[in-house]
Amino acid sequence: MLSPVILIPAILNGLLMGAVYALVALGLTLIYGVLHIINFAHGAMLSAALFAAFFAFRLFGIDPYAAVFLLAPLFFVLGYALQRFVIGPASHGDDRNMLLVTLGIAVVVENILLLAFRGDTRTINVPYAFETINFGFTFLAVPRVVGFAVVFAVALVLWLILSFTDTGRAIRAVAKEKLGAELAGIDVAHVYAVTFGLGSACVAVAACLLIPTYYVNPTVGNAFVLVAFTIVVLGGMGSVPGAVIGALLIGVVESLSGLFLGESLGQIGIFIIFIVVLLVRPSGLFGARA
Amino acid sequence: MSDKKKSFDRRQLLATTALGVAAAATGTIAMPSILRAQGGSVKLGVLHPVTGALSYSGQQGRLGATMAIEEINAAGGIKGLGKIDPVLGDAQSTPEGGTAEVEKMNSAGVACIVGGYASNICLATTQAAARYELPYVVDVGVADGIVTRGLKNTFRFGPGFGVISKTALANLSAINDQAGKPAKTVMIVHEDSLFGSGLAKLLNAQLPQLGFQILETIPHPTPTRDFNNVVLKIKAQNPDIVIPANYYNEYVLLARTMQQQQVKPKGIYSVLGGAASSYKFVKEFPDAAKYIMDCNHWFDPRNAKAQALKKQVEGKGQFFTYEVYMNYSCVLLVADALQRAASADRAKLTDALASSTFAGHLMPYGPTKFVNGQNEGAAPVNTQVLDNDIKVILPAAFANAKPVFPMPA
Amino acid sequence: MRGFIPIVVVVAVLASVPLVIHSNVTLNFLVVALMIALAGQGWNILGGYAGQYSFGHAAFFGTGAYVTAILQVRYGVNAWIGFGAGIVCGAALGGVIGALTFRSGLRGSYFALVTLAFAEVLRIIASVAPITGAGVGTLIHLDLGARAFQFQSRAVFYWIILGLVTLSLVVARLIKQSRFGAWLIAVRENEDAAKALGVDTSSVKTTAMIISGAMTAAAGCFYAQYFLFVDSGIAYGTWISIEALLTPIIGGVGTVFGPLLGALAVRLLGEGAKLVTGDVPGLDLILYGAVLVLVIWFTPRGLIGGCAQVRGWFARRGRPAVPFINEAGHG
Repeated sequence: MLSPVILIPAILNGLLMGAVYALVALGLTLIYGVLHIINFAHGAMLSAALFAAFFAFRLFGIDPYAAVFLLAPLFFVLGYALQRFVIGPASHGDDRNMLLVTLGIAVVVENILLLAFRGDTRTINVPYAFETINFGFTFLAVPRVVGFAVVFAVALVLWLILSFTDTGRAIRAVAKEKLGAELAGIDVAHVYAVTFGLGSACVAVAACLLIPTYYVNPTVGNAFVLVAFTIVVLGGMGSVPGAVIGALLIGVVESLSGLFLGESLGQIGIFIIFIVVLLVRPSGLFGARA
Repeated sequence: MSDKKKSFDRRQLLATTALGVAAAATGTIAMPSILRAQGGSVKLGVLHPVTGALSYSGQQGRLGATMAIEEINAAGGIKGLGKIDPVLGDAQSTPEGGTAEVEKMNSAGVACIVGGYASNICLATTQAAARYELPYVVDVGVADGIVTRGLKNTFRFGPGFGVISKTALANLSAINDQAGKPAKTVMIVHEDSLFGSGLAKLLNAQLPQLGFQILETIPHPTPTRDFNNVVLKIKAQNPDIVIPANYYNEYVLLARTMQQQQVKPKGIYSVLGGAASSYKFVKEFPDAAKYIMDCNHWFDPRNAKAQALKKQVEGKGQFFTYEVYMNYSCVLLVADALQRAASADRAKLTDALASSTFAGHLMPYGPTKFVNGQNEGAAPVNTQVLDNDIKVILPAAFANAKPVFPMPA
Repeated sequence: MRGFIPIVVVVAVLASVPLVIHSNVTLNFLVVALMIALAGQGWNILGGYAGQYSFGHAAFFGTGAYVTAILQVRYGVNAWIGFGAGIVCGAALGGVIGALTFRSGLRGSYFALVTLAFAEVLRIIASVAPITGAGVGTLIHLDLGARAFQFQSRAVFYWIILGLVTLSLVVARLIKQSRFGAWLIAVRENEDAAKALGVDTSSVKTTAMIISGAMTAAAGCFYAQYFLFVDSGIAYGTWISIEALLTPIIGGVGTVFGPLLGALAVRLLGEGAKLVTGDVPGLDLILYGAVLVLVIWFTPRGLIGGCAQVRGWFARRGRPAVPFINEAGHG
């Protein structure tokens, strides 16, 4: 088990899987950082995005990598509308209510998908799904490697938006000090909605990158939600670099503990690392000190 | 302050009491299916997890059961008793959900309940039905615990773990012997809940006795997001045979990952595989599915009614999966028992089921014979994916193809 | 003493239900609703009173369920003793988690996610450890009779869970009227200020967690006796963590009757949705989720707060321009 022939591929697998987690977590950390809620609807949104990517391919023949440019804006709009017209008004600005509202939305979305499309597992077959890069003693799936690269691109784009655009500055202001931002004339409801939209767009990108090697059904997103929550908190809520680094770390930890403890018990590695890090650094790796 | 508190508590009190009374009132109105009754005279409960994680299997199960009921009613219903009125229930993929539905079905006056699907749901629902001595026919649930609790009302039409693993291993030995014993080492990849763990335990006990060496047994959760490490281990240890026991989604991921990593053992022999004997899998992944063997629930291929039903189901745009024909058969079994009992009385129906020798089902079991609730003749069969189709390879009496083993390169 | 009268009245009304209603459908519904209410009562002590939201109360529920089941099945311990042991273990777990997390200074969502992580760790261990039966789970042998804590009549189960809920209501009321309760509220409203005033916030929170864990564990023990089968997904799954936080928030977080009201309301909603939508898979859940959102939209302080809103609305109708005194939704 300690032979490098197994260890190195395991670490590589962990990094590639971590990249997928990072895409899901990026959206979540943004939403948390600004709205201060754990978005319970994130998993359902991922499921919906996967369905969208599936139908984009099945009905219109759009390749998932091309679909990113179609679905990311689409989901931005959907996310914006959801926050602006449903979540925001329903929760009256109260954090705990936002939690429940997103929970209710999760149930609604998941079951709309079930009602519309049934529980059948769906997959797509793109030609490059089985292409691999030969790394000597292991094969790395091309879609996964692409995903790895894309994560950094997306993180970079997000960072640029947050640092250099007016909207980005408004987002950061609201995240830091909502009341002050409001007094300075920033439309907080709009900023909230933009943030939620950005988070949803990230989820759409994650879905497009995931679909060549994964499957689609109404409950598929739930498998990623807990890990995503864990990564967001581990990395420090609201921190984009935190989400990426946290995700890669979790991916590798998951992979190695799966190797040594077995796939079932190995899942414990994720949560143990999480607990240990938080007991030592209560605001996460890159989080602002409370 | 105390006044405000008191009045506030009064509010809480009123609200809580009102709700409690309302909740009690639901007892008198929680009988939806009666209100929408189709006007039959024998009520049959059809219980499946049609929402939640198991929704696909649940909906397939419901499909099979309702098709059988429609067919029986179209032919005039049950002789002497009239048409069957189905009372549909959603177990919501949890034991509590299933139990609540059993209560409702009992209130609605069903003569019998068919279904459950998942073992953990069946354990709870059969027990709930036992309180009312309501006969319950389990469609699929394979845990041995379902029929070993001494519940007189519980009947399982299909095979349990014990029979399945014994048959699977006997057949594996036979196939291996026939090919000149090319396989010695085995790796088991199983899902870690009731079905996978129970099976793995039995396999671990019985495989060495048949001369096989188990290199490793790998449990994994449902859902599992990635199988690369599992396949890495398979690749490193290079077993002759890989034995998967998991649900459809994980099986698909495992098979695809094995294809990606170019891992090709001498044979893939799944036991109760989620996808191995699934037309859906064969259709969508013909390359990954080739030559995979499975020991699973399967219909009798020589049975004309089964072939006809297959066409009907495919005509509806669905796949002919085991949930469909097992539930179909269960309903036919119950209809036969109702006819022989000549009454919808639960005690008489239970006796009729216990003494039934029904052969009009679609499974390769022979006539039913229930001992302590378990249908003795129930057994899985071995299938293999050959020529883009699923063929039965063992037992010989039902086979329509010969096993191809080891897998050609 | 006055504060307990509402409890007495509510419990008396609820206790008389099985004498009037004999439908097992209703009794089963109420038993499950009360069990969830008990789990929610536990959550409410920590989340409502102390303001520490937990996403992992399944850890206590599952511990109660497994301890009860394992002691009976593997060690032949009497069911009632097993029940007590389950509660004790839940309380102990509360102490352990509380000590670890609160002394590290974990707060808010960080604390919430750590509790979730603990629940997941337990779930994973339970799914592979031989003592729990691993994936196969633990099946309690059917043995109808008081000695084995199993009853033919659902009414008896109903009264037992009602008794437990009553205990939890009494404890909740006692806490509210005590100094400990005042400390909890202080911690909830402004922890730093409370600390500055000399309140030992870590101990206070940990004590709340111990009580909370005991209550929710009791609900878990009851589950084991009622359904007789426990596996890792049932015991430690997120479903119960969600129910435990959903019901108090819907009912009115930080109130004595909030979880009870919330549990009944949410369960009724589920049944009502099924009634209205029939057999189409998923439609009832869509309705359920939508109504949930609407309930929060219109009663942001929970149902109990909603009653206050309605009362205030009527009060305003009668008189011109009287400022609505906000009762902050805490009873």
